Amino acid sequence: MGGASRPAPLRAGAGVTILLNGEARELTPGTTVRGLLDALDVPGGTRGVAIAVDAEVVPRGEWETTELDHGARVEVLRAIQGG
Amino acid sequence: MSVTDHTLTTDPLTIAGRELSSRLLLGTGGFRSLEAIAAAIEASGSELVTVALRRIDPDARGSIVDALDHAGVQLLPNTAGCFTARDAVLTAKLAREAFGTDWIKLEVIGDDRTLLPDAPALLEAAEELVDDGFVVLPYTNDDPILARRLEDVGCAAVMPLGSPIGSGMGLLNTYNLRLICERAGVPVILDAGVGTASDAALAMELGCDAVLCASAVSRAEDPAAMARAVRLGTEGGRLAYRAGRIPRRLHAQASTPEDGVAQF
Repeated sequence: MGGASRPAPLRAGAGVTILLNGEARELTPGTTVRGLLDALDVPGGTRGVAIAVDAEVVPRGEWETTELDHGARVEVLRAIQGG
Repeated sequence: MSVTDHTLTTDPLTIAGRELSSRLLLGTGGFRSLEAIAAAIEASGSELVTVALRRIDPDARGSIVDALDHAGVQLLPNTAGCFTARDAVLTAKLAREAFGTDWIKLEVIGDDRTLLPDAPALLEAAEELVDDGFVVLPYTNDDPILARRLEDVGCAAVMPLGSPIGSGMGLLNTYNLRLICERAGVPVILDAGVGTASDAALAMELGCDAVLCASAVSRAEDPAAMARAVRLGTEGGRLAYRAGRIPRRLHAQASTPEDGVAQF
């Protein structure tokens, strides 16, 4: 996973830019994982969804409290057919 | 082993302490719709069905998880698409979070062209996941030594390929598969390469404990009919294995008594 370059360093007064599934995305500072999922129309309690930030799993119980920092590499995955 | 049980109702498959009455695992890749998956699951009788993780797609319709929950099957997430032990381990941990199961069908692939397992990376990932409490079912080569190594590090089953994923070429090395079955102390699940019902039957006759089938069913002209056919093949092969086949002979052996033949 990964391989994409990180966004440029944060400038004073600028917003937060993350890499969401390999593409840059602007967020309001303080946005949590849960807030990002809301913006993506992923309902709360959805089974079959998992989040990694900087190649670490974010447990479901920490979605509400985990804020996304500038430059975070975020992977939002969901269940598909396969195997 | 009772040969009087012709129905297989008292012949469950046990993986990591869980009993499954069906010896056919179904993969969900390649089906044209969730409805087709549901019909194939019902026809297959499968209780353990694979699912994968990919980046979220805003245009995706329907939920594979809801469809599989509705069918009442246990989910078996995979790590398809992973080329390194690191990626496979992380994907397994994400799958545990996504699906609430410690079971993982571990795939660590060597290259795109063959989709064959990368043996050293597979073993490394398997060991790490077992240590982390996963029930690891590794997709492996038809290599008896590698199968033994995977069992030694604590895998709950081994899943040797019959031939490359999606190739439908059947079982290319029945000799090696027999060696794996003879020695294994954990269930052997033939994974990959099944093209039709007879391949599943042959795997079971060789002594495999179960068969995992995806493309042969999902890409068949009539997936539900093929699911039923592979189920019957799997059951037939299992019964034949338990019944004890006759040895192969070079020359004929009359089945009708040779004494008392009329002399004209």
